[in-house]
Amino acid sequence: MKTNRREFIKISSIGAGGIILSSPLINLLGKPEEHKDEKRAKRYPTYCEVCFWKCAGWVYTNEEKGEEKIWKIIGNEDDLHSNGRFCPRGTGGVGMYYDEDRLKTPLIRVEKDGVQSFKEATWDEALDLIAKRLKEVAKEYTPECIAMFSHGSGGKFFSNVLKAMGSVSISAPSYAQCRGPREVAFIATYGKGIGSPEPTDIKNTKCLVLIGSHIGENMHNGQVQEMSDAIDDGASIITVDPRYSTAASKSKFWLPIKPATDIALLLAWMHVIINEELYDKEYVEKYTFGFEQLKAHVKSKTPEWAYTITKIKPDVIRKTAHEMASASPAVIIHPGRHVTWYGDDTQRLRAVAILNALLGSWGRRGGFYNPEGIKLKKMPRPDYPKPKRTWRDAHPDQYRLAGLALSSGMCDATIPSPDKDCSYKAWIINGTNLITTLPDQKNTIEALNNLEFVVVIDTMPVDITGYADVVLPECTYLERYDMLRTSKHREPSIALRMPAAKPKYNSKPAWWMAKELANKMGLGDYVPYEKVEEMLDWQLKEYGSSLKEMQKIGVKKIDRKYDDLYLLNGQEYEFKTNTGKIELYSTALEREGFDAMPNYTAHPEPPADFYRLNYGRAPMHTFTRTVNNPNLSDLMEENKLWVNPKVAKKYDLEKDQEIWLENQDGIVSSFAIKVRITQRIGMDSVYMVHGFGGTANKLKRAYGRGGADSELITNVMHDPIMGGTGMRGNFVKFIKNNPHV
Amino acid sequence: MRYGMAVDTNKCVGCSDCVVACQTENNVPLGYARDWIVETVDGTYPNLFLELRSERCNHCDNTPCVRVCPTGASFIGDGGIIKVKPNKCIGCAACIESCPYDARYMHPNGYVDKCTFCDHRLAEGLDTACVSVCPTKCLYFGDVDDPNSEISILLANNKHKTLIPEAGTKPQLFYIV
Repeated sequence: MKTNRREFIKISSIGAGGIILSSPLINLLGKPEEHKDEKRAKRYPTYCEVCFWKCAGWVYTNEEKGEEKIWKIIGNEDDLHSNGRFCPRGTGGVGMYYDEDRLKTPLIRVEKDGVQSFKEATWDEALDLIAKRLKEVAKEYTPECIAMFSHGSGGKFFSNVLKAMGSVSISAPSYAQCRGPREVAFIATYGKGIGSPEPTDIKNTKCLVLIGSHIGENMHNGQVQEMSDAIDDGASIITVDPRYSTAASKSKFWLPIKPATDIALLLAWMHVIINEELYDKEYVEKYTFGFEQLKAHVKSKTPEWAYTITKIKPDVIRKTAHEMASASPAVIIHPGRHVTWYGDDTQRLRAVAILNALLGSWGRRGGFYNPEGIKLKKMPRPDYPKPKRTWRDAHPDQYRLAGLALSSGMCDATIPSPDKDCSYKAWIINGTNLITTLPDQKNTIEALNNLEFVVVIDTMPVDITGYADVVLPECTYLERYDMLRTSKHREPSIALRMPAAKPKYNSKPAWWMAKELANKMGLGDYVPYEKVEEMLDWQLKEYGSSLKEMQKIGVKKIDRKYDDLYLLNGQEYEFKTNTGKIELYSTALEREGFDAMPNYTAHPEPPADFYRLNYGRAPMHTFTRTVNNPNLSDLMEENKLWVNPKVAKKYDLEKDQEIWLENQDGIVSSFAIKVRITQRIGMDSVYMVHGFGGTANKLKRAYGRGGADSELITNVMHDPIMGGTGMRGNFVKFIKNNPHV
Repeated sequence: MRYGMAVDTNKCVGCSDCVVACQTENNVPLGYARDWIVETVDGTYPNLFLELRSERCNHCDNTPCVRVCPTGASFIGDGGIIKVKPNKCIGCAACIESCPYDARYMHPNGYVDKCTFCDHRLAEGLDTACVSVCPTKCLYFGDVDDPNSEISILLANNKHKTLIPEAGTKPQLFYIV
């Protein structure tokens, strides 16, 4: 049975709207606020969920009128991700809890007289329906036809249920839409990916090279802190960016490169470093494979050659190459994080990896350290059934080097086509607003329309909730337990997240939802605990700690097992590559039919009257996750379109003028964006912060505020190596009169 | 004893963490702020200079805000911290007008509010909320009268400026440039 076209339901169609309370901070008696006292406050450990850096900290609560209320969040001094200092988003995380627009109760899609809307439901009704529909999909098709997309801590609990059903199609958009190419490139080169947090030894570096990475605007906490330490210690920074980013303004050298030409610059740097014999000879000889091939490969890639492509002057290319070489091995050519730009991203990141190898920075102090983490035991549970199909079957014979599931690949495979015999029939979406996360919204919506069943688990009524059959309101990270954080760092550690307050409204933690769902599906054995605390305590006791201890300390630092933070100081070392060496010449890529060494290829230029659409981050926001947060939207309530003054003059644009954008495919932005006229951007591109301009009208502070880059990204350049979705080949022109009237 | 603050503009990334930390620590109502970020851009692409800095009350030595206050609500506290007694404030806003730095705002409860250098935290031996949260550690706080304090040593060794020195207010907020 085919369901009707999935109408996008704006969650406004739920009964009466909530009453807007005036801020509880304002009393009308004119009485000054008393200072809250840290000594009388209670504190609860957490790790942050406002971004993926997962800093550990303390949530302070205070008693107000006999009620314990969340007051503030500060960093945990023992935490290596934050060093006791939260970023603005973590500090403003209190707003995630207080946001009055939160999802409040389960919702079920209903149809009456041909009109679809949501009705409020009990947890039993919602979970019963999910259990029933998932079982039906599994029966009618196969369990493998159920897919999950997750970018939130709660996803772990749902993926357990999905695996118990027999599907492993579980993806995070943080791979194919973000950091995937760098992982594949570094695995191809060093046999090891970068991971998160990036093991860049920034605080000990002498030279930090940023290519399109705007640290300071992307607020990846530990990294921002270490960049500041490096500035204190006199390190030089080289920033390659067509935009005068914050990092560019801190740099000894800013290279305002012509967009989409980075590989040419990287090849020219290699040329200078090899040609002038500035590379780390001992390191290259001992640890690398393919140097002679690389030398021949970059022989003709002179700075003069690169100048014609990148517009960076040859002497600047040479000077910056010398700067890096003189810092070697304490130099970092930073791999970046969001690297899905032009579809040849794995090759660009290969060039970054190779340049680091020439300078001997991998495994060296001031370059890349060797992180260490711990693995916690898992409570015994039955084995998962072995799936007959996996996410790899979503794109047969393609992207074989992808290490993780591709969200975009699974989305594409949901749209039926003659060459696929089983497309996905049901999606579970946790903590990711797929509408703005995946490029080409039309494609995403078409996939959604083809689904039999969609569940969305979120804390906020973001765009994607409007496409759900059932919406489950998750409580915020401040109100729940989650899995323990055990990410790798300079030292291993464990961090605990526990509730600092009871779940507001009728929201619930993911562990509870997943457990109830498993029970209703007859999969209760896979969740071998009544309360998640039992499981956490069991894991911690297996490790020699306890939940009680962790509730007191929040973070447990553990000594390294191995004294190999910097592991390539002449020691013997076998890399997990085909040759056992750092592969300057990649045998794995060659075997798959790709270039074994990176080549520059020209990318399309914006046509007349069009400008390349670049996008990025603001330090106080994490995509749509934060745009409605009362504290964070108070710091930045909308994005603006950065336009060079000469461009603004050409089109007679004024400061703060509201305009619309149309892209190369005729897609027009839904909402107006204000113009920011600034010298900080060149004449061939425009720029906006990602995450604004949302269509979810229940987000009172965010709805229609600013522009959405994501709706204008319809030209997607797929990385043939791993399926990453290159998103920086979209061009926009200005529309001055409202196209929607 | 004279409290002062230094902001290293070479490190500040303008993230606004100081703003939100102050708001939560001090119950500053949303829509208002005791500290804020200023960005200045000079030059023409690609020859540019950007300065990002965290601003707040300058806790001046020469205080127009205290002088114009008709009720004595604005006063100079210990260590030169300029404060407002909410109960004595009649909300006339003369101090807001007189401040060259626009560092005061009218609290919705009807009194003037401003940065206190978190003196309630200083009393506990803690740093101000903004200093303790700053991810780039670009904020320094201390006794500028003591030549051996971290802030005095920092100012002695680094080129710095104050804002609107021509107003003659002798500000105690210093910007390392």
